[in-house]
Amino acid sequence: MNLLGSLFSSSIGRKFLMAATGLVLFGFVTGHLLGNLQIFLPPQKINAYGHMLESLGAGLWLIRLFLLACVLIHIWLAIQLTLENRAARPQDYGVAHINRATLASRLMARTSIVVLAFILFHLAHYTVRAGHPLWSEHTFTLADGYTKVRDIHAMMVEGFSNVAVSVFYIIAVGLLSYHLAHGIGSMLQTLGLKNEKWTRGLERFAVAYCWGYFLLNAAIPLAVLGGFVKLHA
Amino acid sequence: MVAPTAKKLFSVTLRIWRQAGPQQPGKFVDYPAANVSPDMSFLELLDVVNDGLTKDDGEPIAFAHDCREGICGTCSCTINGKPHGPGKGIATCQLYMRSFADGDTIVVEPFRARAFPLVKDLVTDRSAFDQVQQAGGFISVRTGAAPDANSIPVPKEDADLAMDAAACIGCGACVAACKNASAMLFVAAKVSHLGLMPQGQPERDKRVLAMVQMMDAAGFGNCTNQYECSAVCPKTITHDFIARMNRDYAVALFREKFKPASNASGGAG
Ligand code: SF4
Ligand code: FES
Repeated sequence: MNLLGSLFSSSIGRKFLMAATGLVLFGFVTGHLLGNLQIFLPPQKINAYGHMLESLGAGLWLIRLFLLACVLIHIWLAIQLTLENRAARPQDYGVAHINRATLASRLMARTSIVVLAFILFHLAHYTVRAGHPLWSEHTFTLADGYTKVRDIHAMMVEGFSNVAVSVFYIIAVGLLSYHLAHGIGSMLQTLGLKNEKWTRGLERFAVAYCWGYFLLNAAIPLAVLGGFVKLHA
Repeated sequence: MVAPTAKKLFSVTLRIWRQAGPQQPGKFVDYPAANVSPDMSFLELLDVVNDGLTKDDGEPIAFAHDCREGICGTCSCTINGKPHGPGKGIATCQLYMRSFADGDTIVVEPFRARAFPLVKDLVTDRSAFDQVQQAGGFISVRTGAAPDANSIPVPKEDADLAMDAAACIGCGACVAACKNASAMLFVAAKVSHLGLMPQGQPERDKRVLAMVQMMDAAGFGNCTNQYECSAVCPKTITHDFIARMNRDYAVALFREKFKPASNASGGAG
């Protein structure tokens, strides 16, 4: 069978695709968080950063399409594998018993649904700017004194000033961190990077990463609501 | 009959899955068992219960067993939801009644997986494992006089690791415990035990590809890395072997694709 066929049809091949697309998305959310943390710097930083991304033009669209493909493959295979897994045990046990499967690992499908809802909401909110017609007109002048760019700083402060949006955001990043709590280790195992010598270190990295990811993300809406990050003049 | 003992005897209720055949409906049936010695093995208790059933013209409970010393992998059933019952690193035949307390209800079920169809009561057909094994779980060697034991040097670490994998007795508990009825631990153990040895190298790629293909075809589920398998394995085989197989599979897949094949069509003349 050809390479692509084996990847998309065999059990291990599809696990690789889950892991590889997961790795890409993991990289994306990490980069996205680092970008967002610039909210704690003077407003020109994050606005210049956003401008840099938008000026990538076709490149930005290529990146977006690549990420979209990864999300779609990740979701499609998750559904397919889950259906197959259910069919592999037609009759349940009379006594349910769990030996060591973590709660995070057992809630992957459920956490993913909230994360997906959040991604859609987030794209509608900031990328399409639905419900905020004025946001397209928010402009900001960069340090050079004449380049006018989108005022992302103001969009974020205004967006997170809405308590409901902030609460949803914190819940969603919390569940995404929880999804990653199983996802990171699972990805390493699937790609065959785990062994008896590395396991402990990799597990610690995964836990530390997930907590760090959650706390740093949650810090942004909390800082806005707490008045630490304000609309600039 | 229970052998005389100075230890305190106790009573339990066995709640056992009875099913006359693959097409018949099954259900749990309770069997009270009194005078249980803590030193009895669990299978001995089933023997005693079956004696009673036979005397009363009942149908004895069908359960699979053979060596009764943890080396053949035949005695496969799920006890209180856990394949091979409570305890770590033991097969059902190595489970003793001292693991239970007076008055306990012990629920006994067959291994449940589409790839392990039920034969009768607690007996399942696990020949899917044989098919996976036959797809590549061997090395091709010329038979003849026994080779000198040290003619192929094997590093001690590799030999030890290969032995860990080779300890798999093919019982199927890994499949039974996995929520997806995945056979990854079994197949990983078989792939690794040969893949770690110099004798296993010539067919290493072919082996992992063929065994995984057969595993998929047999109707096992897919691994979700929750490690229920290694938690119940009577030989405590680690799921690190699964990571090793994943790696082997990826390498084999790419090598298969890009390695040039010879055009020669056989020997001289
Ligand atoms: S890996 Fe362990 S649980 Fe699975 S078949 Fe082998 S001995 Fe049994
Ligand atoms: S009867 Fe052989 S392992 Fe239990």
